[in-house]
Amino acid sequence: MRVGGIRITLTAIIGTLIILACVGGAILAPWVAPHDPNLPMGGRWDPPSPEHWLGLDQIGRDMFSRILYGGRISIGLAMLATILAFVVGVVTGLAAAIFGGWIDMLFSRVADVVLSIPNLMWALIILSGFGTGATIIVLTIGSLYSVYVFRVARSVAMNVVVLEYVEAARLRGEGLMWVILREILPNALPPLAAEFGLRFCFAFLFVAALSFLGLGVQPPDADWGSMVKESALAIPAGIAAPLYPAAAIALLTIGVNMVVDWLLSMYSRPQGENA
Amino acid sequence: MAQVRPKAEGQILDVRNLRIEAVTETGQRVTLIDDISFTLNAGEVLGLIGESGAGKSTIGLSTLAYARTGCQITGGQIMLHGSDLRGLSVRGRQSLRGVKVAYIAQSAAAAFNPAHTIFDQVAEVALKHGLMNRAQVRMDAIRLFRELDLPNPDVFGKRYPHQVSGGQLQRAMAAMAMIAKPDLLVFDEPTTALDVTTQVEVLASFKKLIREHRTAALYITHDLAVVAQIADRIMVLRGGKMVEQGTATQILQQPGMDYTRMLVAERVAAEQSRFVEDHAAGDRPVLEVKNVVAAYRGTVNVIDDVSIDVRRGDTLAIVGESGSGKSTLARVIVGLLPRRQGDVLFDAASLKPRLQDRSKEQLRRIQMIYQMPDVALNPRQTLLDIIGRPVQFYFGKRRAEVRVRVEELLQQIDLPPDYIKRRPHELSGGQKQRVCIARALAAEPDIIICDEITSALDPLVADEILRLLRRIQDDTGVAFLFITHDLGTVRRIANKVAVMLKGKMVANGPTEQVFSPPFHPYTELLLSSVPEMRPDWLDEVLSRRRKAG
Repeated sequence: MRVGGIRITLTAIIGTLIILACVGGAILAPWVAPHDPNLPMGGRWDPPSPEHWLGLDQIGRDMFSRILYGGRISIGLAMLATILAFVVGVVTGLAAAIFGGWIDMLFSRVADVVLSIPNLMWALIILSGFGTGATIIVLTIGSLYSVYVFRVARSVAMNVVVLEYVEAARLRGEGLMWVILREILPNALPPLAAEFGLRFCFAFLFVAALSFLGLGVQPPDADWGSMVKESALAIPAGIAAPLYPAAAIALLTIGVNMVVDWLLSMYSRPQGENA
Repeated sequence: MAQVRPKAEGQILDVRNLRIEAVTETGQRVTLIDDISFTLNAGEVLGLIGESGAGKSTIGLSTLAYARTGCQITGGQIMLHGSDLRGLSVRGRQSLRGVKVAYIAQSAAAAFNPAHTIFDQVAEVALKHGLMNRAQVRMDAIRLFRELDLPNPDVFGKRYPHQVSGGQLQRAMAAMAMIAKPDLLVFDEPTTALDVTTQVEVLASFKKLIREHRTAALYITHDLAVVAQIADRIMVLRGGKMVEQGTATQILQQPGMDYTRMLVAERVAAEQSRFVEDHAAGDRPVLEVKNVVAAYRGTVNVIDDVSIDVRRGDTLAIVGESGSGKSTLARVIVGLLPRRQGDVLFDAASLKPRLQDRSKEQLRRIQMIYQMPDVALNPRQTLLDIIGRPVQFYFGKRRAEVRVRVEELLQQIDLPPDYIKRRPHELSGGQKQRVCIARALAAEPDIIICDEITSALDPLVADEILRLLRRIQDDTGVAFLFITHDLGTVRRIANKVAVMLKGKMVANGPTEQVFSPPFHPYTELLLSSVPEMRPDWLDEVLSRRRKAG
């Protein structure tokens, strides 16, 4: 299918629908959630019923409502962290590619140092030092992931800055901002957009992992990761409750990946086919 | 001695009504090759001539029972020794390629694996297919190296690809192709990437090889003069269809079709057009380069003590082979590479070495056009953005005025006004180069530096670009600094020429004077290396050089 000259695939449609459902549910939670997410209204781990679509959690709160509200935190934190990572990563990445020399050297070596220690270790060190909270989680994940964004932005921009239309702009005497905003960024955008989607997925999983380890969002608030943790004890009892927030995590991750795949396939196709 | 398969005689290849189609992204079928038929006998060379997109390589590859990804041989027969290649199994194709039919590509550097010695790669086919043992292959390879005039044939194979020159590697690829004694060789533009002086030697080696082994060969090229030296018969192709076929002399001397006549006429013009008169239009030089020395890193000077001057209305050609420092000189003039010594004067005022230190007005008056229009235009911008930006940037015009000016410029480069909304990928290669010219003109410069701007274009398209440049020069009096390795281009457009060799200037002056005796020895070597369309040109050059020692 083609809309306005752009090829739309089935994967892209399904992925977009999943993202819209998750994000929409999170944003509209106060209006669409059938129950108060923090109010116990029945027995521990009651099974799904027409009244409670996904049953109740370990202290009898409505699981579906909690997932809707939990999405606000999970998606919100991940989105903020990803945006932070991109602002820092793209600016440093472009600077490294354009100026080269010691700037590139400095940023790249800092990146190497950060990458030499696993992210979760960094996060544990930072969070145990500064305590936890929404702001510190966003700052931690954002700055750790800015390193990955830096690497992608740098390598993409490196391929563009050497092209002759960039040289032509420099020879014309264009300022740095023009060269970046008009000549380099538009041509680096598709891979960066794809990286944004992937990075969001990782940030989202990272938030969930921290919460699962008890370093993330603290009760009574809950994101999807902490909900899995809270009800994890139900698994040996053969109760499906923890699988619902886990499924929500998986679903959104798959949805974003589907859209990213589509974006990347557009980028790798020759110019003439998609523009 | 190696077991030599009996050399086939008579008809080797018989291609009948060949049809190759491609399926595009949108599912449309495009015919690449339409109803092509030809035969090839042992020891015979058929030249395939045409512009890019004519289907030359596609035909060449089909004789290896190969079609590029997305392409399919959908009709006709490719009979090698009477059996159709289209019916071959995967295994059959494997035992065909490299053994019965071998391919010699344009870029030997890309065809060789840098991690293995040349001998290992030359021997691979013969060893893999169990045609000979290692000792036999060694002897054969050395014999081939000797036949191909490679230096120290006994030990040449022990070197790695990066240790030999481009021309030697190209000949090593011919040895690789010949090792299994194929019945058919496919040469796909094998000398196009080489410098002219190297091309002569490589062509001579190929010719000797084909003659001595009586191998049938397909020789694909866009250069009529090259094919004239080597082919017995020529087939002219255009857009996947045959234009005409005949003996080499017939096609080159009495072409039957208009299209062939145009190709031949273009080539004749390159060979025989009168020199451009040295019309000294301006009295004061616009651009003067004085004893400039420049280097990238380290101590080796890439250009060393180079001086030129360009007057208004001049076209100064800088010629030389790859690595001679032509493009570096351009980079020094525009300030991308700061000079180490010497001076660059523009309108009698010294230009700062670095681009960043020059005034906007100085930048405006020197413009540049590049070799590859594909990467010189931002794919995300429309022609309005691309051509309009210099107008807006240098002259501060408002939107409506910019648009009017861009339409004027489009007219000047013979593109329709509604192209203003198009993006580069909607244009052909020649049109893109016109847009680059328009972008340069938009700045209303005094001098335009043209860096190999016609070398990526087909001859007929390149010819139109040269005409356009001449017309623009007559209209505006702009001066051109024309960097090229193609002496035919120089003859047609430049009134002055500077010859560079290894970063030094060896000759400089009006074209007629530099290109007439008494020559500088290097200028003479360059001039005598440019292939001419007479079929006996190659033999003459070789015998002349042999006499001269």
